[in-house]
Amino acid sequence: MQDEDVIHEFIVESHENLSRLDQEVVELEKRPKDAALLASIFRTMHTIKGTCGFLAFSTLERISHQAESLLSQLREGQRDLNPAIVTLILDTVDATRKVLTSIEANGEEGPDRFEELTARLIAAAQATESIESHAAPDKLTAPVLEHPGDYRYTEHVEVVKPDEEATKSSAVADANIRVGVGLLDKLMDLVGELVLTRNQILQFNSEREDPALNATSQRLNLITSELQEGVMKTRMQPIGMVWSKLPRVVRDMSVALGKQIKLEMVGSETELDRNIIEAIKDPLVHLVRNSCDHGIEPPEVRVRGGKSPQGRLIIRAYHEGGQVNIEIGDDGAGIDVARVKQKAIEKGILRPEQAQNLSEREALSLIFQPGFSTAQTITNVSGRGVGMDVVKSNIEKIGGVVDIFNRPGEGSTVRLKIPLTLAIIPGLVVMSGNRRSAPRAGADAGELFVIPQVGLVELIRLDGQTTGAQIECIHGTPVYRRRGSLLPIAYLNHVLGIDAGPIHVASVVNIVVLQAEDRQFGLVVDGINDTQEIVVKPLGKQLKGLSVYAGATIMGDGRVALILDVLGIGQCSGVLTEAREQTHAATEAKTQKAVEQQRLLLFRAGSFERLAVPLSLVARLEEFPLSSIERAGGCQVVQYRDRILPLIPLSAVLESGSQECGKNADPLQVIVFNDGDRSVGLVVDQILDVAEEAVTVRQKTSRKGLLGSAVVAKKIADFVDLSHVLRVASNDWFQGTGDSSNGKRVLLAEASAFSRGLIRSGLDMAGYRVVEAANLDDAIRALEHEQVDIVVAALDLPPSGSSALLTTMRRRMEWEAIPILALADSTEQIQSRKVEFQNCQMKFDREAMLESVARLASALASAEAPVASMGEER
Amino acid sequence: MANNMAATKLTVTQTSGQFSTFFVADLFFGVDVLHVQEVLRFQQMTRVPLAPEVVEGLINLRGQIVAAIDMRRRLGLPPRDKDQTPMNMVVRTEDGAVSLLVDEIGDVVDVDSATYERPPENLVPAARDLIRGVYKLQDRLMLVLDTERTVDLVTG
Repeated sequence: MQDEDVIHEFIVESHENLSRLDQEVVELEKRPKDAALLASIFRTMHTIKGTCGFLAFSTLERISHQAESLLSQLREGQRDLNPAIVTLILDTVDATRKVLTSIEANGEEGPDRFEELTARLIAAAQATESIESHAAPDKLTAPVLEHPGDYRYTEHVEVVKPDEEATKSSAVADANIRVGVGLLDKLMDLVGELVLTRNQILQFNSEREDPALNATSQRLNLITSELQEGVMKTRMQPIGMVWSKLPRVVRDMSVALGKQIKLEMVGSETELDRNIIEAIKDPLVHLVRNSCDHGIEPPEVRVRGGKSPQGRLIIRAYHEGGQVNIEIGDDGAGIDVARVKQKAIEKGILRPEQAQNLSEREALSLIFQPGFSTAQTITNVSGRGVGMDVVKSNIEKIGGVVDIFNRPGEGSTVRLKIPLTLAIIPGLVVMSGNRRSAPRAGADAGELFVIPQVGLVELIRLDGQTTGAQIECIHGTPVYRRRGSLLPIAYLNHVLGIDAGPIHVASVVNIVVLQAEDRQFGLVVDGINDTQEIVVKPLGKQLKGLSVYAGATIMGDGRVALILDVLGIGQCSGVLTEAREQTHAATEAKTQKAVEQQRLLLFRAGSFERLAVPLSLVARLEEFPLSSIERAGGCQVVQYRDRILPLIPLSAVLESGSQECGKNADPLQVIVFNDGDRSVGLVVDQILDVAEEAVTVRQKTSRKGLLGSAVVAKKIADFVDLSHVLRVASNDWFQGTGDSSNGKRVLLAEASAFSRGLIRSGLDMAGYRVVEAANLDDAIRALEHEQVDIVVAALDLPPSGSSALLTTMRRRMEWEAIPILALADSTEQIQSRKVEFQNCQMKFDREAMLESVARLASALASAEAPVASMGEER
Repeated sequence: MANNMAATKLTVTQTSGQFSTFFVADLFFGVDVLHVQEVLRFQQMTRVPLAPEVVEGLINLRGQIVAAIDMRRRLGLPPRDKDQTPMNMVVRTEDGAVSLLVDEIGDVVDVDSATYERPPENLVPAARDLIRGVYKLQDRLMLVLDTERTVDLVTG
């Protein structure tokens, strides 16, 4: 009996030792001169050998003895480490593990004597001796003299070894005890029950006015919380536990695949619940293997692609908002979306016409389909198409989410978002079905539901008379304007079919804003109670099919409450439909961000109540007293920062009237525009606001001085055509300076007149002379008739994109040298077109666009002699 | 092969003589006494919206959450009277405990395997799947309920 205990102890300890060996040996390969590391490896092997001898496991003893001899040669500096030796040591570790498993299973070492391995070990050890003795006899006899450094190392190790070992073992024995996992799990269950009972007691307490009970329950509350925390901690383990075997996996993979891979691990101290660690173990290994196999390219391919031959594999773990994120990223080839699609068609997962309309994100999600693999060849490592679906289902089983970030040509990253623990989670208790108008029917007072805090973003409470108006409908779909953007709304009662009647307008509406994956939606509930620590209990098989529930819990009063699954609720209510909505939302978000989100300055001038200019063009807003206005060169000016600032009354430009400022209020409201080293002040009646908003409706006007109209901050505003205004109003002023003739001529090819106007105003302001073109033919005509220095073209130039323009230009000798700046709608576009167009910028990133044009212009200026015919006006 | 298995299983049922009995409408059922965990009065129940309608709700069984299946609906029988509160018969199944809501609890009876017979062919389909066989007791017929099939709402 006692023997068995000893053996069990030995097995547990040896397994720990072996996983440390795995790690250290791989580490040693990187730092072969690290004496301390070598000493530690030697010691571990020695310990195994010693215990085996003691317990009379002869096979183990023989293997570990031979390995130890080999290691001792290394340690003595008799030979250098090479990959063959590392492999040999690792093989020994594997063999030892095999024997241990066999001992664990039936108490015997098993039939395999590992003769071959032993022979190899002996051979290796002898080979060293013979080589050493033949090749470097001096070294053996007089190592002290030749390598004093080496000697010191050895000496150092010898001295430290017993000391370190002694302190370590005693400290470990004092501070740690081994506890069975079963016991911990049981404790956890009990704490769960205790938490429930505590909640119940607290509820009783709140109903009674008993000071003694009050005090006691307070204490109970505190102690329970602490106990809960403590027991949770006992189950927490650093994620490094799982990671420890990854260096070995990566090393084996890179040797097997002939690749060079450097593994970096960040955040290995991040702690996770034991169950979760167990659950992510296999997915993690799988993802790492995937990255090694599919992600990182062979060295020669990498070099051809301009990368360093050594691939990087980065694993990061970090806490974020009550969750743990684990990222497995590589700098390999990334995922070829086109090939994923093609493969999906081959496998019959997709029809060709479906593949056409698939967004990148949707296409990436295909790799989670069972039986899917894009590997060209099936290796023994991967490519059999079993895996990613298992990874996904395993992660989702524990409430986690898998995301893929793909950068074609630069690598891909898989992110696992995982809850810290499964057992006890904070949740928000909400009520559904509590209709005040309904007759009180006892049990129908309302059902309680719990929403996990993880999915919760914020709570919105709409109060008063206007609640009906605040939730608006688009074709029957309710939405709410939250800080200017639309939030889709679902009603919990409707989703659950509790109250299928029409939505009645209550005086108070509670919206719980939830986040599922990367999208948000609002859930209207009938009441919000409070947050509670809840113990998650699984639902029986009968209810497993219901995606709207994540489980159930027991409330303080002993009632059962259902836990809502945020993603399920979203999908069930149609707020988030799996595929289509996702793309829709994604593209919408993209366009909003890239194309339309602008900061606009709103102001009033003359009879125009709302005018707008992009804020990026505005240098300052100033007020000048009327008395400070002077006249110079037939124009109104003020002295401004030691310079003369010409003033242009905007109303006069827009509605040809008097050019005088003065009928306006005192002081004058002036918007100052900087134009190179010049400044111009635009006099307006009143500055209204700055709006950062998506410009939604556009209408082109033919009126001079205006670009068009758009809805800004829910009202119509007219966009001022700054280039026109400045040109018309400041002719006199600018004529003398001759500045504009210095500018290069830019051909602006863009289909939308509105966008053209906006971009043009930026170019005008910077002193370029702009020729506009709406399509390819226009552009070519302009090139033929005008002296164009730089072409700025939108990627989506009709009819077939700006590539056609590029090809045409590169075919004509006289146009060949004209630089082209392509304007993209999204960063993805920039990425994908970077090769084709050397210069590519976001369409509405004015600063960057101007900068690029300036760069091209200065490159031109330095490359060629100044062009003589610059002075002519268009 | 499968038939053989069923046959052996059947023999076991026949020889293990004790059954917990209960009434659903006018039907008299029996469940192997070893499969019954406990019998409870009506418990407060939490409705589960969107659940199959045979699932009446969830009950809190000393910290364990157990689904309650209404046997009347399960067997396709008319609902019970409003004033009649059902009883919980908690049975152990492969997937944990499940409560069966029945009209009334009967005695535990000893049966003689000689009185066993397969269910008649002309039984309504809703019931036939769930009834494994019939014991001809002296005063009435006792139907042997297949609890695994009863709680399996996916295929059943």
